[in-house]
Amino acid sequence: MSGRVSANPTASSQATHAPGIAFILKKALISALVALVLFSLMIGVRTEAGPEGQLIYWTRFGDLAAIVAAVFGGSIIIELLRQWWGPVGTVRVVPQPVQSALSLAGRLLPPVLLIFTFLVPVIFYNERYILDLGILVLTYVMLGWGLNVVVGLAGLLDLGYVAFYAVGAYSYALLATNFDLSFWICLPLAGILAAFWGVLLGFPVLRLRGDYLAIVTLAFGEIIRLVIINWQSLTGGPNGVTGIPRPTLFGIPLSAGDDGLAAMLGIEYSPTHRIVFLFYLILALALLTNWVTIRLRRLPIGRAWEALREDEVACRALGINTTTTKLTAFATGAMFGGFAGAFFATRQGFISPESFTFHESALVLAIVVLGGMGSQLGVALAALTMIGGFELFRGLEQYRMLVFGVAMVLLMIWRPRGLIGHRAPTVFLKHSQAISSDLVKEGHG
Amino acid sequence: MDYFAQQLINGLVLGSIYGLIAIGYTMVYGIVGMINFAHGDIFMIGGFIALITFLILVSFGLTAIPLILLIVLLVSMAITALYGWTVERIAYRPLRHSFRLAPMLSAIGMSFVLTNYSQVAQGARVKPVPPIITGGHTLHEGADGFVVQLSNVQIIVVLTTIVLLALFTWLVSSTRLGRDMRACEQDQTMASLLGVDVDRTISMTFVIGAALAAVAGMMYLLYYGLVDFFMGFVAGIKAFTAAVLGGIGSLPGAMLGGLLIGLIETLWSAYFSVEYKDVAAFSILIVVLIFLPTGLLGRPEVEKV
Repeated sequence: MSGRVSANPTASSQATHAPGIAFILKKALISALVALVLFSLMIGVRTEAGPEGQLIYWTRFGDLAAIVAAVFGGSIIIELLRQWWGPVGTVRVVPQPVQSALSLAGRLLPPVLLIFTFLVPVIFYNERYILDLGILVLTYVMLGWGLNVVVGLAGLLDLGYVAFYAVGAYSYALLATNFDLSFWICLPLAGILAAFWGVLLGFPVLRLRGDYLAIVTLAFGEIIRLVIINWQSLTGGPNGVTGIPRPTLFGIPLSAGDDGLAAMLGIEYSPTHRIVFLFYLILALALLTNWVTIRLRRLPIGRAWEALREDEVACRALGINTTTTKLTAFATGAMFGGFAGAFFATRQGFISPESFTFHESALVLAIVVLGGMGSQLGVALAALTMIGGFELFRGLEQYRMLVFGVAMVLLMIWRPRGLIGHRAPTVFLKHSQAISSDLVKEGHG
Repeated sequence: MDYFAQQLINGLVLGSIYGLIAIGYTMVYGIVGMINFAHGDIFMIGGFIALITFLILVSFGLTAIPLILLIVLLVSMAITALYGWTVERIAYRPLRHSFRLAPMLSAIGMSFVLTNYSQVAQGARVKPVPPIITGGHTLHEGADGFVVQLSNVQIIVVLTTIVLLALFTWLVSSTRLGRDMRACEQDQTMASLLGVDVDRTISMTFVIGAALAAVAGMMYLLYYGLVDFFMGFVAGIKAFTAAVLGGIGSLPGAMLGGLLIGLIETLWSAYFSVEYKDVAAFSILIVVLIFLPTGLLGRPEVEKV
């Protein structure tokens, strides 16, 4: 698009001389006034359907005043912080020892994190809540790594990733409940079906770029969800699918019965066994995703993905078949989404269309972008931060999504390139060189 | 035939509402080159503000319907426009020269913020209002007793849309602001070199888009008699579909696309199935982008290395 060069003549003049108290107060006052108008009706007046179905309203001027005051105070604090922090463009010099310590920590972090993850069920064996949370985080790590293939490596902006998650979940649920197939047969089937849908979505969007691609994938995700809701004879509609079989350890059920794993090993049965099993199952699936991605990056197809992300036109000029490159990216990403979906279905035992809304796609995409688009470690850390942060707000059910939205906006402003914003290519000639952001056009597809 | 005529009327009215929202998408996309994901939610906020203003006015004992409508329209436009301005200022301006995905994600975040803000502020339940404008005209009475009707609400929706469109076309084509907007659309750097305040022009684009979305929100309230906090999402995607269908960046295209989407949705519901009407609308989006990536009235985008 046009206008890459800064067209903001006021920015430089603001940065050169620090504004005084009067300026800060004036700015805060304007912010407070804007807030007053914005919230006057939405917060100051509350509407609700009354007893006879007629709308009634009452006023909440106290809340309004509190919010306007908060905006006034917050505006002053932000302005002071901005002065203390200095202009946005300032480059901070990191001393050499700190730098080397940081890079050492960066190298040590993945193995430490991995070992810790392996030990989580041992350390927290009696803490069901932490195990459940761990499973949830790992599910999102896996989804993030799956979407990372599409968005982070191939640069195809996919806002409908949840569709493949749904396809995987429903594939397993329907195959298992209708045909009594075991989890281990359904898992590859779910992956294949999801990959098939990935290719099906991939074909029409081959020619699209960037934002258009995003909106089409979003529409695709919505179509899948709407079809699941309305095709009641197959999917059960809004009621979902119940009674999805629990996974077995290659045929050995994790139940209290005589043929269960506990009885075979001669240990006392405990429901925690299944949780621990699920934990290691999703950990294995996630690591499989990670391993496959890392290997693929070194193959010609992985290099083609990264080349496609940087510049599609140049890619075509160099003789890379963009059609197969895009389709394999979609199929690979979708397949991992399908695996994760099958796991989700077997873990929950119940699925309904409500689990597969656009919000889920946005959450996974936020994890990938926050993780730095392409960095495997970054995605894992981002998933931990996001899902963990989400859990912190569990008590404030109503405000959870509000906080999530605010966090997304603030993170984009603070670190548009994610927590780990490195874009070093996987394959290089003599020395790895970070690519300047001016030279790349992510999201162009 | 009568049934078809009635559906045609309903479709055009719905299409006017979509068209008004679509203009906001197409303007922002034309100038800033981003999908303003939060625009559907701005439309929803407009509906809410219209509802609340209406309730307050009625409880103050105002009875003159035209006066109420005028005040509701102006208040809703003004406050919603400020929402549009604030969203741009907070979530998009700091990211204007950032990489491309950043404003898009920021917009998705803003969309969540607005949706959940109105859920927290006004509750999750659907807000119904009694019909404000009643009555209508019988256009044609068929032999089988089917009556083609044009209600007063429908007339008001279509008339308001036409008036606003005329006003808006005049604004873009013959005012200083419109000229600045067209200049920024072509080349922001060059425009700023020639003395156009780019920041202000972009802000005004968001303000105008939000004001039009507020009108759409109010029309929605009048026409369907309800608002809820989640209505912005689907309406937003459909309006974006309309903008793409008409050719993104093109203002007459947005209106044309809106009318087409409204017609297709209504006719699909009337002749096929109501459940799959959204699927139909989204499928059209996909089909259009495959066969007509530039839309009906859009200009082809030049591919540059």
